[in-house]
Amino acid sequence: MAHPIRRGTVAAAAALLTLSACSQGSATREDGGEAGQVVVRYQEFSSNGGNEANLEAIVAAFEEENPDIDVQVETTPYADYFTKLQTAVAGGTEADAFELNYENFVTYAESGALAELDVDGGAYTPSLLEAFQHDGAQLGLPESFSDVVLFYNKDLFAAAGVPEPTADWTWADEQAAAAALTDTAAGVWGDYQPATFHEFYKALAQAGGQFLTDDGSATAFNSPEGIAAATWLAGKSGTVMPTEAEGAGTPDFDSTLFREGKLAMWHSGIWMFGPLADVPFEWDVVVEPGDQTKASAMFTNGVVVSANSEHPEEAQAWLEFLTSSDTTVDTRLSAGWELPPIADQDKLAPYLEQTPPANRQAVFDALDATVLPPVIVRQQEMQDAVTEELGNAAAGRKTVEQAVADAAARVDELL
Amino acid sequence: MSTTTSSRPSTTAAPRRQRPRRRNALRYGGNRLRYAGIVALFLAPSLIPLTLFTLVPMVSSLWVALHDWNLITPMEFVGLANFRDLLSDGDTWAAFGHTLGYIAGYLPLVYLLGLAAALALNTALRGRNVFRAAYFLPVVTSWVVVALLWRWLLSPANGLVNHLLGLVGIDGPGWWTDPTWAMPSVILASAWKDLGFVMIILLAGLQAIPGELYDAAKVDGTSAWQRFRHVTLPLLSPSSFFVVVISLINGFQVFDQVYVMTGGGPAGSTEVVVQQIYDLTFRYGRAGDASALSWLLFVVVLVVTIIQVRGQRRWVTYA
Repeated sequence: MAHPIRRGTVAAAAALLTLSACSQGSATREDGGEAGQVVVRYQEFSSNGGNEANLEAIVAAFEEENPDIDVQVETTPYADYFTKLQTAVAGGTEADAFELNYENFVTYAESGALAELDVDGGAYTPSLLEAFQHDGAQLGLPESFSDVVLFYNKDLFAAAGVPEPTADWTWADEQAAAAALTDTAAGVWGDYQPATFHEFYKALAQAGGQFLTDDGSATAFNSPEGIAAATWLAGKSGTVMPTEAEGAGTPDFDSTLFREGKLAMWHSGIWMFGPLADVPFEWDVVVEPGDQTKASAMFTNGVVVSANSEHPEEAQAWLEFLTSSDTTVDTRLSAGWELPPIADQDKLAPYLEQTPPANRQAVFDALDATVLPPVIVRQQEMQDAVTEELGNAAAGRKTVEQAVADAAARVDELL
Repeated sequence: MSTTTSSRPSTTAAPRRQRPRRRNALRYGGNRLRYAGIVALFLAPSLIPLTLFTLVPMVSSLWVALHDWNLITPMEFVGLANFRDLLSDGDTWAAFGHTLGYIAGYLPLVYLLGLAAALALNTALRGRNVFRAAYFLPVVTSWVVVALLWRWLLSPANGLVNHLLGLVGIDGPGWWTDPTWAMPSVILASAWKDLGFVMIILLAGLQAIPGELYDAAKVDGTSAWQRFRHVTLPLLSPSSFFVVVISLINGFQVFDQVYVMTGGGPAGSTEVVVQQIYDLTFRYGRAGDASALSWLLFVVVLVVTIIQVRGQRRWVTYA
């Protein structure tokens, strides 16, 4: 007869081994929260890289007003965020609420993964609120907006005796100044604007061209304007801007170069105002130079509630606070983070009173002529194809004409 | 535990007592089920994870391969269209081409370096255990760490390798920023990391070769090269076979170092098959295409491995 105790031991050992093999940590965190509290998980990327404490302050203020809700923030760097989010959605482990940029909102809205929100909406700038509607339903709230301006190092301009950029500058002015400011012996570069998709669609608009035909069925950038834009971007690498081999394109390369006072002009977003507040030199910003016309890149982030959330009302309450409360407005303005999407322009006044940069008005002047990124279903493939072909032109592996033609052919295949 | 062992006089007696019980269990129908239950219980710790994390995903991926799926919208059945599209897509063939290019550089390099290290450390070299440990250290190091290290070593502007080349008057290449040199950069890093594994296997093989064979060969007046060629290499062939099969399979599955060092670039020059699978799924939301490509890779690896196993009798000597 089998020994009863021995068999029990065997069973217990086997069960233990099995359990230990399965007890790997889950991909996303979920704490219980205190007794009686509703836990609202929130996944986001935009506080990463210097604004984490600002988001924490907004969370703390919300929890103080709503003691029965515990907001748990999960921050992922932008580069990995959408990979993590889509696997979480596929596995049904996404947070109650999460952040999306405008380019990705459409895909998620069409997927049925988002819950419809019931909001008044009066607090928001109408155009931004509409950006997060889909088929007549409000599936997201605008969270922030930002644009790209030309940052410049005033000390380097003064030392080289080059007049500072103005709002009237064109590409030709920028090119002349960049050449005069570049001093490779001293490791100082005149300009930084990578030959990528996000710079290209904007430069294309500045040159007077358009990315897609009016009905969106084909590309329209294999044109004189497209070649002008690509020539403008690809010509910088190795002349007034470091090459890829010199490190360009690696994370934080450009921001480090500017912070170290080795970069005279830098095309970058207004979310850098806060992180650059403490650099030991004078700097300012100006609306980006245009060519045939002015065109500035504008980005909008939104926040949504998951259709699977067990606490959609609490999640929505958090999102409304996050996007439009006075705490959020104050925090965003004083930190020099991306701007709140609120309708009441008077509340934005304190933003203009801070320095640096002195010319904060440029942030709003840039909004007079904006260009939004072209959005298609196979968005990332389009962005990668355009960036790769422009990179070929910048590195001299292809002529600009060939690279633009190849990029257009590759994007046409994706439409 | 004390209860379990106390019923036995000593542990050495256990096998003798176990055998009759096992026969009983097989003979009597009622006990057979119980016996199978105990076997299942012991297999469970490895069988359950294997089923959950290997078999189920494999079968599911075949199902996904028959669909269009971006991970967030519902799946749409498309039959074999994903396979057809992949086979007619130049990117697929380019990815297999890059993978074969990687293998062509990696396999000879890692084998020869591993063999050289094994031969050197099979001698009475002073401090050889330290060297053995040192060569093996990269094998147990995370690929992310190694890839980041090599990315820095081979950095065109501030890397150590180009700095040293500069000291002797050579203007170093752009390494991972240059489409011509990116794949050699990955191969170099991979061979450096894996040579310790090859070394350990070959070293074990070398030590299994009886010393009398060398003594006999010496008596016959052979040169060192003849002994290596006619004694060492043939008797090492089972180990070499194992190393080649494993390295080839690893070569087809190369990913971590590519992902960290180049991300498939520049200009797609290091876009190997698994990098392509990753990009299709997690960058482009094309899980159906990615699953189909995974199965294509599986078939290729299977065929190559069968050919190798069949071909081994031509060159592998089992003593």
